[in-house]
Amino acid sequence: MDDSAPVRRASLTSRLALFIAAIALLAAVFLAGPAARRFSRPEPLVFHGRDISAEHWDGAFSLADPDGKPRSLADFRGRIVLLAFGYTHCPDVCPTTLAKFAEARRLLGAEGGGVQGVFVTIDPDRDTAQLLRAYVPAFDPTFIGLRGTDAQTDAVTRAFHANYQIVQYHGDTLVDHTVSTYIIDGLGQPRVITPYDQTAQALADDIRTLLRTG
Amino acid sequence: MTAAKPAHCRGTELRRAASALCIALAGSWAGSPAAAAPAPAIVSAEDAWVRGTVEGQTGSGAYMRLTAREDAQLIGASSPVAAHVEIHEMRTVNGMMTMRRVDRLALPAHVAVALDHDYHVMFIGLKHQLLPQQVVPITLQIVDGAGRRHAVQIQAPVRALNSVGTAPGAPPGDGKAAPHG
Repeated sequence: MDDSAPVRRASLTSRLALFIAAIALLAAVFLAGPAARRFSRPEPLVFHGRDISAEHWDGAFSLADPDGKPRSLADFRGRIVLLAFGYTHCPDVCPTTLAKFAEARRLLGAEGGGVQGVFVTIDPDRDTAQLLRAYVPAFDPTFIGLRGTDAQTDAVTRAFHANYQIVQYHGDTLVDHTVSTYIIDGLGQPRVITPYDQTAQALADDIRTLLRTG
Repeated sequence: MTAAKPAHCRGTELRRAASALCIALAGSWAGSPAAAAPAPAIVSAEDAWVRGTVEGQTGSGAYMRLTAREDAQLIGASSPVAAHVEIHEMRTVNGMMTMRRVDRLALPAHVAVALDHDYHVMFIGLKHQLLPQQVVPITLQIVDGAGRRHAVQIQAPVRALNSVGTAPGAPPGDGKAAPHG
């Protein structure tokens, strides 16, 4: 009777040791995994927005600037392009987005000189060249408004996996549209999608990451 | 402005007894300053502003914070600067921002309701460019819990086109005009 107690204790002790070892092993797996991945290949860039680098989007487009001059991403090589779709009759989202672009560029200080803001209208019927020329630079004098034919507008939205829909509504024309914005690197490759509620600081951080790492 | 008198004010029996009330109601309906003077308006508006426009823009938005003294609803708005003024709601559906007119916006008693992003006052068919320093009169049409209509006049200063309110993602601020106008 008396000799059974130490055996039971030994058994409990070994079970406890096994349990601790299992926990330690699990912890090691969880902790070492990311570390091992980090050291095994170049450190991945970390963005606030969604990294679409690996999706290799072809963001090519041909649109006209307010002077009627054809523009494509090649014109902005070597600069980080911030691109948003919108329309000037949009009371809130589009001005807020363009104000955020301007704020992000300001937050970047001298580095902001390497940033080009681009506003692509998805309402080219009403957004004339003259209107875009007045509207877009009101947010930042370096920003540019681009417009295309209906076919070109369809093509550029497809290239950026964006949607828009013109809605006739109570005698007014509203345009539902994708409100995410896009950061395109200096080689013309779309790299990051930024959701509408992203702050200007987060946008500036992501631009800085691209400016410094290419 | 023609005052459309509530139907119950036309009854012969009530005419004499309620004439004063009818005048008050009609005045309130038409938004005449005389009727609004004695009692505070059913709804007060704070920090109202209108987004400025560039030449050729025919739409804009107005933003404000409304607090009702008693349960009420905002059922419409008008302004001399626009052909139509509507209350709009924005929603994100499948990544697309959609904007639609709402017929009624509840204003619960003593609760500040922000018309700053998800809801805003939409100007359609602007009659002229809106420039900072201008002040835009807006008449809010309010209906109270008893179904009575009230016209509440507010004056909304115009802020620069690139002003940001309290929208998500907007640069931090106090909801006032952007300092980098």
